[in-house]
Amino acid sequence: MSYLSIENLDVRLHTGVPVLRGVSLNVAAGESRALVGESGAGKSMIGKSVLGILPRALQVTGGRIVVDGEDLQALPPRTRRQRIGAKVALIPQDPLTALNPSRRIGPQITSRLVDFLGWSRKAATDRALELLEEVQIHEPARVMRAYPHELSGGMRQRILIAAAFAAEPKLIIADEPTTALDVTVQKQILRLIRQMQERHGTALLFVTHDLGVVSKVCQTMSVLYAGKMVEDTGVREFFRQPGHPYSAALLAATPKYTDPEGSLTPVPPGVIAAVEAEVALSDRRREAAE
Amino acid sequence: MQILRRILIRLAASLVTLAGAAVIVFVVIRVVPGNPVAMMLPPGATAEDIQRLQELYGLDKSIFQQFLIWLTGVLQGDFGTSISLRQPVAELVLGRLPATLELSVMALVIAVGLGGAMALTATLWRGTRTEGAIDVAGGMALSVPDFLWGLVLILLFGVLWPLFHISGRISPAQGFEFHTNFYLWESLLRLRFDVWADIVAHMFMPALALAIPLAAIISQLLKQSLKETLHLDYVTLARTKGYSETSIILREALPNAILPTLTLIGVQFTFLIGGTVIIERLFSYEGLGNMAIDAVINRDLPLIQGIVILFALLFTVVNFLVDMTYAALNPRLRHA
Amino acid sequence: MRDARGEIRRLPGPRLWLAGGWLAILVLAALLAPWISPHDPLAQDLFAGRLPPVWEAGADPNYLLGTDSLGRDVLSRILHGARLALSIALIAGTLTCLIGATLGLIAGYYGGWVDLAVSRLVDIWMAFPPVLFAILLIAVLGTGVTSIIIAIVVIDWTRFARVVRAEAMGQAQMDYVASAQVAGRSRFGTVLAEILPNVLPAIVALLTLEMGIAVIVEAILSFVNLSVSTDAPTWGGMIAEGRASVHQAWWVLVFPLAALFLTVLSFSQLGEGLKDHFDPVLR
Repeated sequence: MSYLSIENLDVRLHTGVPVLRGVSLNVAAGESRALVGESGAGKSMIGKSVLGILPRALQVTGGRIVVDGEDLQALPPRTRRQRIGAKVALIPQDPLTALNPSRRIGPQITSRLVDFLGWSRKAATDRALELLEEVQIHEPARVMRAYPHELSGGMRQRILIAAAFAAEPKLIIADEPTTALDVTVQKQILRLIRQMQERHGTALLFVTHDLGVVSKVCQTMSVLYAGKMVEDTGVREFFRQPGHPYSAALLAATPKYTDPEGSLTPVPPGVIAAVEAEVALSDRRREAAE
Repeated sequence: MQILRRILIRLAASLVTLAGAAVIVFVVIRVVPGNPVAMMLPPGATAEDIQRLQELYGLDKSIFQQFLIWLTGVLQGDFGTSISLRQPVAELVLGRLPATLELSVMALVIAVGLGGAMALTATLWRGTRTEGAIDVAGGMALSVPDFLWGLVLILLFGVLWPLFHISGRISPAQGFEFHTNFYLWESLLRLRFDVWADIVAHMFMPALALAIPLAAIISQLLKQSLKETLHLDYVTLARTKGYSETSIILREALPNAILPTLTLIGVQFTFLIGGTVIIERLFSYEGLGNMAIDAVINRDLPLIQGIVILFALLFTVVNFLVDMTYAALNPRLRHA
Repeated sequence: MRDARGEIRRLPGPRLWLAGGWLAILVLAALLAPWISPHDPLAQDLFAGRLPPVWEAGADPNYLLGTDSLGRDVLSRILHGARLALSIALIAGTLTCLIGATLGLIAGYYGGWVDLAVSRLVDIWMAFPPVLFAILLIAVLGTGVTSIIIAIVVIDWTRFARVVRAEAMGQAQMDYVASAQVAGRSRFGTVLAEILPNVLPAIVALLTLEMGIAVIVEAILSFVNLSVSTDAPTWGGMIAEGRASVHQAWWVLVFPLAALFLTVLSFSQLGEGLKDHFDPVLR
């Protein structure tokens, strides 16, 4: 039974331009799934729809988002907000801007525990110290009292990971959590996310445009193109034999660690045209069905 | 050390400004055509009278010498003697200062409360008619100066719907003996809430008149920085934690959005203090500004000088304090 | 899409039409005051003191907006007051603009000690309460229209100086200034030619705002009885009298106040509107 289940999700701009077109996606409890696509494919919007943080210009116009058996769209806003807060957490993209510059680190980790889950300040602080140690931060007590600008980007991302796990959510959405970091730091952070996910048994939806990252963190993956899901498969299967021509082209366009000097093949225009034709066709089918 | 250096540099700049202000008042009164003594004397004074008075005030000496004499006095706390009131200027001016300070601070509190509430309401309901209405009201409030708002308030709440007093600082019937000139604070500290309420009922209209334009400025700037802050990643992250829009705005956005507004409030507060001159006149409020206008009308040269210098000092001190508060509140500056 | 938005921006909104409309009416009223005023603004009629406006009980239909305590016609005084208010707005505004802009230009262009001197002067000016400064100047200069104009120029030149200085400073350092110099054009001429188109919109907007301020300063000065002669019809003088008798004759305060309020509001809205209209960032 899926913990997160997205069914036929439609997201549109206020002007009516579609951004996500009938996207379906499942993440089982404890599953680690990658959501792959080019920039602009709409992959971040899936995570934002689940979390209820779509930009004001966008809105969900159809479909269901079910978390832990509950249809989020059907809940009143206040309940929905608190349900998401308790069950889903976000690891954001840019650690440099995702911490409030005027507040100390400590409260930024513990706020959800204290404000919504009834923890005492003392217990929440102990828990935060524990988590900071778990994400391998030295002198956690000192870091708790620091302001964000006193810490490096890598440290801030570790803190954000710790904060995401603080309330033991059942699902974590990681939105390109390493793109803003140094390559060396990237690897450590990826390993850390996988370790934490495995240890806590949390489901993970890992949004990325980087196929190289996918194999390090995830077991399953979904490929998105132009607001439409084109493939849903296991990571191993994908790398062995991608099922969809677009996926194959995407794979061919990715540098390989085993052969970094090898030639890269750009996604051939023919494939793009074919995918676009397919997407258009399915749109028409859906319109006909409606 | 860095901080100390900043403070010293800022202090030096303030002193230069003050000295410049002193020179300018001094020169303006004496250089412009027209004999300053003629300004002091009623028309029809004899040449002999003029001569005697000039000697009395040292006006027969050169401007530079006069300035030195005056400056020496000022540095010893002697601002001369008022001609019309025949009392030491320092005593008179310091006696009126509390009234003006209380009025200015009350106006500031109203402006911050009103402006802050407008900004928060408009941000919470952004993109709706509420925001539009607040914007229009703010634009109006900003376009018309405190003097006119004072007159409008007199008509509305003094005449049409007489809720507040429109002249004086306290009802004479109170018959309350004050030991200081800080009426508002003293009545509060001595737990005479009836007297306090009477003083507030007198101060509210002039304070509100002073506050309306400032409230609009605060509201506009704060709303703008709040809206910018609401787009930032850490605010988005806080949204996913389950907080309501109101607490997002108050807890996450406000502390970061408030700094530019704070600087602006500091600068604008000096303008507000400047506005007390005419507002006090309009509401017959016995403060410095009202005294200043009387001094000008009575051609009381030493008193004018004293009051203008005190205002300049007040402005400089406020600006200095604002700079320091800004540095103290910004964690990035504090740790730099 | 961006173009369409730009077009909308360029259309003056109803605010601008209303503001411009009121000012146009006022200019007409000021020009025609001697012919359209029902009465001589100075003529007293002690038997017709404090008559209410026509729609109130006990009014005299000859006095449309009522009379003051000396029996002078409120409407006629407002119309004649508009003449003084607008002349001062125009002359004082323009002079302030010219002097302030020139000082700002010189400071920004020459930099160095000239700039330092002007900037310090601006700082010192900020340390004076403007109203007190104006009153002080009038006390020294004596009352009269010329004194009022001088007072406004003296207290407000900094407003223009600051804007023009910042712009001139930016432009004077640009490469084209040097290259124009090589081509034989004078440096100052080049800077002037480059700066003016950039600052002109801001100056026009500021000038409009300044006219509103001039109207207010004149009203304040006549309110404290330091404007022109006590007798002359000024809005500020009428307001001062109205304030004193507000409980007996509200109309003596309300009508001149309304005229002053609308005029100041209109200048301000017009100025803000022009600022938005010209602002290259918004456009």
